[in-house]
Amino acid sequence: MEVTAYKTNMEFFVDMQRCIGCRACEMACAECETNGQESMIHVNYVERAVTIQTTVQVCMHCDDPVCAQVCPADAITKDEFGVVHSANTARCIGCSNCVMACPFGVPIKEEKYDMMMKCNMCYDRTSAGKKPMCATVCPSQALFYGTRQEISRMRPNSTPVNTFLFGKQEVTTKVNIMMPKGSTHLKIH
Amino acid sequence: MSDQANEPHWKRDFPIQRTEATKVSRRDFARFLCLVSGGLATGSAYVAVKANFFPQEEVKGEHFVCKAAGVPLGGTRSFVIEGSSIPYILIHLEDGSWRAYEQKCTHLSCAVYYKPGSGQIVCPCHEGFFDAMTGEVLAGPPPRPLPALEVVMRGEDVYVRAGSEGLANNETHV
Repeated sequence: MEVTAYKTNMEFFVDMQRCIGCRACEMACAECETNGQESMIHVNYVERAVTIQTTVQVCMHCDDPVCAQVCPADAITKDEFGVVHSANTARCIGCSNCVMACPFGVPIKEEKYDMMMKCNMCYDRTSAGKKPMCATVCPSQALFYGTRQEISRMRPNSTPVNTFLFGKQEVTTKVNIMMPKGSTHLKIH
Repeated sequence: MSDQANEPHWKRDFPIQRTEATKVSRRDFARFLCLVSGGLATGSAYVAVKANFFPQEEVKGEHFVCKAAGVPLGGTRSFVIEGSSIPYILIHLEDGSWRAYEQKCTHLSCAVYYKPGSGQIVCPCHEGFFDAMTGEVLAGPPPRPLPALEVVMRGEDVYVRAGSEGLANNETHV
């Protein structure tokens, strides 16, 4: 087994309300050569006609990753830290099953490579004990990578939530989103 | 994931978890070891039994190969004896003599060929060399000389028959 310096006490926290849409995370992500200088993080407008609110989407690293479940080529795997890795370049056949299966819309098929690419939580950085690039550049700390103690001290009125309800389907993830204090899950529909 | 019993086999064979994919249990390893060593033992037994109790059929009688004019000096012709699947090679050496050998290298049964002008039969697979005059091994991995047939000239016709054990320097003119 490979030896890494991955810090298991560190977690990813996303606070959508703090996102100011500056796209610093996208720029930072796209500087990375590991993803072919494509951004693996995506900033979206919620309802552009009526609000300037933006949201930011990283891979949520599901406990039971449906992208990997539907992959016919066995290209997506999850490691012992719970990081769901991007498609194995030697195996991905560009079928886009994962693109359609992901409830968060994270995997994107890059047509020019005929391959799916998605966030792997900056594995080359996190496995060396560093923070993901997007979390280090976010000026409003909508993206935060650190310990649970740190986030509870910084956001006393919020609770990290990692349970999502899609109808009857419950999805639990490694990445947390910040919700009003006392929340236990996010019901999508 | 859901309970193990309802999981299809392929999910266990292609796990999503990397640790599961790389892990080999002691039992699986023992099974694999048994399968491989059992296969080797069975294969060796088969080869031994076949070699000892079912020897290769000897070539009986004389067989016509071709007209002598059909093979120039330094030329070769491959042929098969009727009722057998073993490929043979007929060589017209530069000194005018004729030789016939099995075209299967005694190392791993690759097809050998005569290198014109060199007096050597070459196996390209592992660089094995045989003397074209006698079939003896000159170099490389082959363990035994090439099995030879005796070449019989009947006027303009080239015939072969079973050679005297291991020696190829028989060329009879009738």
